[in-house]
Amino acid sequence: MKYLLMIALLLPAFAFAGLAKDMADDPVMERRMMHLAEKVRCLVCQSEPVSNSHSDWANDVRQIMREKMTAGASDQEILDILVERFGKSVLFDPPVDKETIPLWSAPFILLFVGGGILVYQLRKRKGLLVEAQLSAQDEQRVAELLNENSASEQTTVTSNQEKDAQA
Amino acid sequence: MMRFILPLVIFLVLAGFLYVGLGRDTREVPSPLVGKAAPAFVLPLLHDANKQFSPQQMQGQVWLLNVWASWCGACKDEHPLLMDLSRKNIVPIVGLDYKDKREDGEATLRKSGDPYTLVIADADGKVGFDYGVYGVPETYVIDKQGTIKYKLIGALNTKNLQEKILPLVAELQAQ
Repeated sequence: MKYLLMIALLLPAFAFAGLAKDMADDPVMERRMMHLAEKVRCLVCQSEPVSNSHSDWANDVRQIMREKMTAGASDQEILDILVERFGKSVLFDPPVDKETIPLWSAPFILLFVGGGILVYQLRKRKGLLVEAQLSAQDEQRVAELLNENSASEQTTVTSNQEKDAQA
Repeated sequence: MMRFILPLVIFLVLAGFLYVGLGRDTREVPSPLVGKAAPAFVLPLLHDANKQFSPQQMQGQVWLLNVWASWCGACKDEHPLLMDLSRKNIVPIVGLDYKDKREDGEATLRKSGDPYTLVIADADGKVGFDYGVYGVPETYVIDKQGTIKYKLIGALNTKNLQEKILPLVAELQAQ
C-alpha cells in the first residue's frame, strides 16, 4: 500500500514531463512564438491566452505556430491564418473594421452620452440656483435670523424645502 | 414623474441585457467559415487506410461532416441521434475521427454502432484545424457546391437537429 502511494505521488511528475517535449529546439523562435501566443485567445478556456493554457487545443495552436514560423511565415500571416479559421474573437485585440466598430466605439459613445447628461444636469441645476434669488424682504429676514444665533440650522432647512417646492 | 421613470427604464434595459447574456453560450463563437468553401483535404478512411477521401467526392449532394473522437464525452450523448438520423437515410453523414488512435476509433464504432456513411481519420488534427475545430463534437452542413452553410459547436440534440439542421438540409437539397 505504501509503495502504491509513493508511485501515485510520482504520477504528477510524469504528467509534467509531457510538457517539456512541447518546446521547440530553437529558443529564439520559441520566445517569438510565445510572444505571439500571448495575443491569441484560447477558445477552450476563454479568458486565457494560448501562451498560458495547457489545454490540448492551445498546445496544437502553439505547435502550428512553430511549424508556420519554421516555414518562414510572418507573425501577421500566422494571426491571419487563425482569424480565417476561428474568427476575430480569437484575437485579444481584434482589428478595427466594419464588424468590430461598435465594440471599439462603445466606450467613447458611452463617455460622450454620460458627459452630455452630466453637463445638461449641471447646467439645469445652475439655472435653478439663479432663479432662487431673494427679494429685499427676504434679505431683511435673513439678516434678522442670522443675528439670532440659536435655531439658525432649522431655518436653513425650511428655506431649502421652500426652494425645492418652487422648482 | 420623469425622475422615477427614467431610472426604471434604464434598469429594465440593463436587466434585459443581463438576462439575454445569461442564456448565451460564450463557447459558441460565430465561425468565419460559414458561407465559405469547405477547405480541401485528402485523408485516409478509418476502416481502410489504403482508401482516401476528399470533400470533392461529395460534390453535388448535401452532406454532414461530424467531427468526433473516441475520447470525447459529449460525442456519446449525440451518438443515438446520429444512429437515428442514419437509419432514416436523409443525408450522408461523414465522420471525422479527430486526433484519435485508429484502434480506439474503430473499437468505439464497433461497440456502439456506426452511423456514418464513411469515416475519415484525422490523426494529427490538421484537417480539424483547417475547419476551425476547437471543441468536439462539431457538425457542419455542406451544400451541393461544397460551401459550408452551418456549423454546430457542441453536441447535436433534438432541438438543434429538428429546428436548425434538418430544415436547412431539406432546403439545400431542394435547390
